[in-house]
Amino acid sequence: MSSDDVSSLPSKKVSRKPIYSRFTQQELPACKPILTPALVIGILICLAIIFIPIGLLALSASENVVEVVDRYDDACIPSTNQKVGFIKDPATNKTCIRSLTVPKKMRKPIYVYYQLDNFYQNHRRYVKSRSDRQLWSPKSESSTNLCDPEGQTGDGKPIVPCGLIAWSLFNDTYALSKNDAALQINKKDIAWRSDRTHKFGPNVYPKNFQNGPLIGGGKLDENIPLSQQEDLMVWMRTAALPTFRKLYGKIETDLEANERITVTIQNNYNTYSFNGKKKLVISTATWIGGKNDFIGRMYMAIGGTSLVLAVIFSLLYVFKPRPLGDPSYLSWNKNPQ
Amino acid sequence: MDSHSQIEVNENSPQFPDPIRSSSTRSILSKASGGHSLREVNFSELGLKPVRHGSRGAESEGFNASYKEIHDDDARLIYINDPEKTNEKFEFAGNSIRTGKYSVLTFLPRNLFEQFHRVAYIYFLVIAVLNQLPQLAVFGRGASIMPLAFVLLVTAVKDAYEDFRRHRSDKIENSRLAWVLVDEKFQQVRWKDIRVGEIIRVCADETLPCDMVLLSTSDSTGVAYVQTTNLDGESNLKTRYAKQETQMKNVENEKISGLIKCEKPNRNIYGFQANLDVDGKHISLGPSNIILRGCELKNTEWTVGVAVFAGRETKAMLNNSGAPSKRSRLETSMNREIIFLSIFLCALCTIVSVLHGIWLRHHKDELDLMQFYRKKDYSKGDEENYKYYGWGMEVFFVFLMSVIVFQIMIPISLYISMELVRVGQAFLMIRDNMMYDEASSSRFQCRALNINEDLGQIKYVFSDKTGTLTENKMEFQCASIGGIDYSSGNGGVEDGQIRILDRGGAQVFRPKMKVKVDPELLNTSKRKHTSEGRHVHDFFLALAACNTIVPLTVETPDPVVKLIDYQGESPDEQALVYAAAAYGFMLVERTSGHIVIDVQGERQRFNVLGLHEFDSDRKRMSVILGCPDKAIKVFVKGADTSMFSVIDRSQNLNVLKATETHIQTYSSKGLRTLVVGVRELSSSEFEQWQSSYEVASTALMGRASLLRKVANNVEHHLGILGASAIEDKLQQGVPEAIDSLRTAGIKVWVLTGDKQETAISIGYSSKLLTSKMTQIVINNNSLESCRKSLIEALVVSKKLADAPSGVSGNCRCQLGLIIDGTSLVYILDSELEEQLFELASKCDVVLCCRVAPLQKAGIVALIKSRTDDMTLAIGDGANDVSMIQMADVVGIGISGQEGRQAVMASDFAMGQFKFLVPLLLVHGHWNYNRMSYMILYNFYRNAVFVLILFWYVLFTSYTLTTAITDWSSVLYSVLYTSVPTIIVGVLDKDLSRTSLLKHPQLYGAGQRQESYNGKLFWVTMLDTLWQSVAAFFVPFLAYWGSSVDGSSLGDLWTLGVVVMVNIHLAMDVTRWYWMTHAAIWGSIIATFLCVIAIDMLPFLPGYWAIFHIVKTELFWVCLSLITIGALLPRFAVKVFVQYFGHNDIQIAREAEKFGNSRRNSQTQIEMHQIFDLPQR
Repeated sequence: MSSDDVSSLPSKKVSRKPIYSRFTQQELPACKPILTPALVIGILICLAIIFIPIGLLALSASENVVEVVDRYDDACIPSTNQKVGFIKDPATNKTCIRSLTVPKKMRKPIYVYYQLDNFYQNHRRYVKSRSDRQLWSPKSESSTNLCDPEGQTGDGKPIVPCGLIAWSLFNDTYALSKNDAALQINKKDIAWRSDRTHKFGPNVYPKNFQNGPLIGGGKLDENIPLSQQEDLMVWMRTAALPTFRKLYGKIETDLEANERITVTIQNNYNTYSFNGKKKLVISTATWIGGKNDFIGRMYMAIGGTSLVLAVIFSLLYVFKPRPLGDPSYLSWNKNPQ
Repeated sequence: MDSHSQIEVNENSPQFPDPIRSSSTRSILSKASGGHSLREVNFSELGLKPVRHGSRGAESEGFNASYKEIHDDDARLIYINDPEKTNEKFEFAGNSIRTGKYSVLTFLPRNLFEQFHRVAYIYFLVIAVLNQLPQLAVFGRGASIMPLAFVLLVTAVKDAYEDFRRHRSDKIENSRLAWVLVDEKFQQVRWKDIRVGEIIRVCADETLPCDMVLLSTSDSTGVAYVQTTNLDGESNLKTRYAKQETQMKNVENEKISGLIKCEKPNRNIYGFQANLDVDGKHISLGPSNIILRGCELKNTEWTVGVAVFAGRETKAMLNNSGAPSKRSRLETSMNREIIFLSIFLCALCTIVSVLHGIWLRHHKDELDLMQFYRKKDYSKGDEENYKYYGWGMEVFFVFLMSVIVFQIMIPISLYISMELVRVGQAFLMIRDNMMYDEASSSRFQCRALNINEDLGQIKYVFSDKTGTLTENKMEFQCASIGGIDYSSGNGGVEDGQIRILDRGGAQVFRPKMKVKVDPELLNTSKRKHTSEGRHVHDFFLALAACNTIVPLTVETPDPVVKLIDYQGESPDEQALVYAAAAYGFMLVERTSGHIVIDVQGERQRFNVLGLHEFDSDRKRMSVILGCPDKAIKVFVKGADTSMFSVIDRSQNLNVLKATETHIQTYSSKGLRTLVVGVRELSSSEFEQWQSSYEVASTALMGRASLLRKVANNVEHHLGILGASAIEDKLQQGVPEAIDSLRTAGIKVWVLTGDKQETAISIGYSSKLLTSKMTQIVINNNSLESCRKSLIEALVVSKKLADAPSGVSGNCRCQLGLIIDGTSLVYILDSELEEQLFELASKCDVVLCCRVAPLQKAGIVALIKSRTDDMTLAIGDGANDVSMIQMADVVGIGISGQEGRQAVMASDFAMGQFKFLVPLLLVHGHWNYNRMSYMILYNFYRNAVFVLILFWYVLFTSYTLTTAITDWSSVLYSVLYTSVPTIIVGVLDKDLSRTSLLKHPQLYGAGQRQESYNGKLFWVTMLDTLWQSVAAFFVPFLAYWGSSVDGSSLGDLWTLGVVVMVNIHLAMDVTRWYWMTHAAIWGSIIATFLCVIAIDMLPFLPGYWAIFHIVKTELFWVCLSLITIGALLPRFAVKVFVQYFGHNDIQIAREAEKFGNSRRNSQTQIEMHQIFDLPQR
């Protein structure tokens, strides 16, 4: 009978008590680090010990980099009023000879860079204007929709490689000579291996390139596949910042101190229309890259700050000690005065 | 109709300003009102005027008064046993139910529509749509839609799964079988095929398929018992009656026909209004004649009824709505900071667009030729502008684009994370063994999911007394009968529990519950011939008869012995009936027409001629009995105030006086008292009553008030029988809990319907009041006297506050305010409110006695409207519903004896009052701290990323280029950094449970809003600024003028910021679980993997970049420099604040870790002080 059930219900009923687990009771084993004075000072000292030596290493590395920088955009142009006209005129002779002195012995490999200032390779209109598919596969030749206004020629043929980035390919050339003997610049392997093997296709050849009414920069040999156009690859790795260097080539011999190097520059590239600067850079490299004191200084600063903080905290702990976890410091245990 | 009745309630409620809490009876009628007020508040605006919140007992009157007549337009006409005719004119809903929201076709549009109700999603959508415009396409299509699509998809899958389950359960439900009368025979029919008007038979233990009006039952008197657990969770049996006119009929043999005219479907499960025309008779039907879908039939072999509401029109279906939704305080204040963030966002966008405008102006002449701009397109022959829309438009577009790029400045993902964290927190609260009630085997319930963190900031707790502080297990203690106090010899002889009564054969009945018996009283009750004996006889007869208790016989293993179980809705009544049984007046049988009472071994049958149920206006109930000796007597039982006004003072004045003094004594012991009276009716008087009773009970309009009038006409000139005293024991752990709460700085107010003396004595026993306290008592009868005593009390409180605390050492005198309902009538809603508030805020304890449900809400509103402090209301009964709803911050229902209405209206429900301590002090504290930290951290996390993007934009000639890839920008807040905050938000504990319980004062951190406030926000933002500078400019300066490409540097920034924000979080984690480790380090690893994966896609410009940059030492040097440089200032400040800030939480945390070693040292004495801390 049902009344029977009612009476025996409480005993029969399965307990709904939550099953005990350390998780649900929030009693999981846990590590509870507390910033004790010893730990704090230990951490700070450790930081100082790690950071100051690295800072010194970085500074010395930067110190060891030998770098020759020559700005030639102003020097390589005859009249100052007609800069743009001069550079746009294909007929003018743009050869320009510069002479550099090596300040210190430079050990191989020596890198030759061109540096552009004030050139926004990260401009939104610019970075988007490329077709990565087209670069790899001949089948995607016509996927140029992102490349405008350099996507297609006036009569609708696809430009390969399309887009503003390729169109504005840097085309100054440098020929180095030392004591009238030509100094070989190795232009092989200046681009990333991944670009050569997987990004720029071996079957893709330049087409209709730089045929428009406005010339943006260098031309490409239509018989060489993109996978071998290393200058293009370097250029198309767009720079992060508006002042950037790009690898032009490598010199595989050492240069002695005070040697004079003559550079014959074909000054073709137009940076005059937006007051950009062009520089030729010859530099050695170390583990922190080129010449840059910033890293070293920052490491020294952080290490130093840690040390100072460690000292300050030790002094505070000594002169204003507070026993950890002392209940008499609890607000309700202090006598209200 | 709902709104109609509500208005009526509002008009009516001030008419009875002094209704006390239903001290004894709880009947169907009063249930109805409570239920209704619950609904009302749900739908009406939660205004601050307390009058707006329905009152107990008012509903039925309001309902009736507004319910002029059931017009044909408003009525449902149901032709009994004629479903064709019934459904001919009106297409009533069939009985098939569909709780599933969607069908296969409608799923997509409906689900999307519902999801986009959230503002956050709209923001997502607008941004995503903006991004699709070709001029503004900042992100790739896929990347911009992904986060929104992801969230929508996850929600849609969840919804689809839930809906699938609903469909499945619908299907099961719809194909259940029921017996339906078809062609004069009961046949099995599937539930979904049942139509309104059909006659249905339900057997014992079956579930009702639809709402049906009872026609007849297996019981000859037409009683049926139902259990409504599925409907409202109450497990006691309720009685329902078939009308005598239909009870006689056998529906299978004689064709029954009739017309039911009833109200339109509504949600009120405690009300029903209809007329039945059968055989030319006009019968009125009420809530006791209908059984609702979902109920179970118990203890009744079968019932036959006619379906009146089916399917989605049943009351159970109409009540299928979600829990109330509230918004937490933290979220509200967070929204203020969100506005600041929006202002930042606008500022950033404005800066970018203005600078871009300047740049364009500056380079106006160069734009055509500039290799990286190329304003003109020459390829088409004519020179035309290429994607250049003029200077103004360009600036405008840049503004919109920057909104797209900087969109996560508004941390949309925070809302989703918060929801997840709350679910996790709720899970942990529900599973907490400390909040599991063994006795009722009920877990803690989280009914509202979005106010967990409010539990950590409570300043006021408003508590009901009965059932909340006390167990609500009533025990009859003593009585004053005929002016004689029978409590003196209350040594508590544990006798009488085996009241074996022989009847006829070998049957033995025994009450289920044992009651202590006073031997003196027991002896007196047996001496029938003395006047004392007669008094006692009448007294216990009244107790046994004047109630709505149903006796159920329960079999025991011993076939001879049967237990009598008294089922009823009021614990007081149960206690009284058990007491009467113990003294030899055993209620054995109740039907709608008569009761059988076993009077000391002799079964007597009393005809129940009429029953006036309890209502909070009269505060008494009465029953009119035709006794075996043909006398007709009216027995009345009620609260002393209401009873003394209807007792004939001309006779037995001494008895009256004596009873009054006894009641005083009882209530000062904390006992609940009831007064019982009786009067014999002359036959003319009875006839007069009977005719008016019949008229009233079949009346269609104002039935309740008519019945009340009839009751008032008969309840007068009563002879006093005596008074009973019932003890309501304090729940376990209540004094300790109250002590903890008060130490935690929470003000505990007790609002009770009991008398002042009872309230004060409970106050003492629950440690609410202490002997050290200065008590201010306000009980006045007029506005002026209230004003006077308030002013006096204020003077006293000022004097105490000004008194130098030096006298008693370090604790100032405490103040307790005791105020009664009558005074509150004058004070609330008048200009005195302000003074009361001033006084109450100075008092440590406030005890309100004799308050009506409405006033409870009024008192909560008093605090709520004047301070920003959080209020929490806790109660267990229907009379606490308005209070729980008013304390909009947190309402807590105790799932106790008085049904589930409080639970249904509450945000959290638990088994015992003492669970409030772990709930607030432990979980509240944790939740508040976790959530506060999570919000601040999310602000920081998103802002730091946006700022890094912003700094970069300054070096791209303000054109919104991002070095960080689209996908990383999108995944940043979705994947790279989201999991650790959720894990930490659910699991991190600043202090252990033991410390929090040991030092309740630690709760103050939440009350003072220490973990989230404006100052912290601005400090965080300052830190954010520094960290973004460090994270951006370290790589920037390290790579300035180098041959690095954008993608590589972008990868460095991505990894730098992710490592930085994760280490930042790691620095702030107080407890490292394995899950915390997994989340934080796992996120960093996942980020590396994602970046690598993105850079392995050959069609993206950044192909293979990560592999090139990680090979260089400079990358790693920069990464560590970012992390350390960005976080060092924060670390230093953190150490400094922790060590010299003397923050309680920090010290307690240290004590937790180093406490063991310290305890051995001399600080032991100080530790002791905490335990013996004087209350203050």
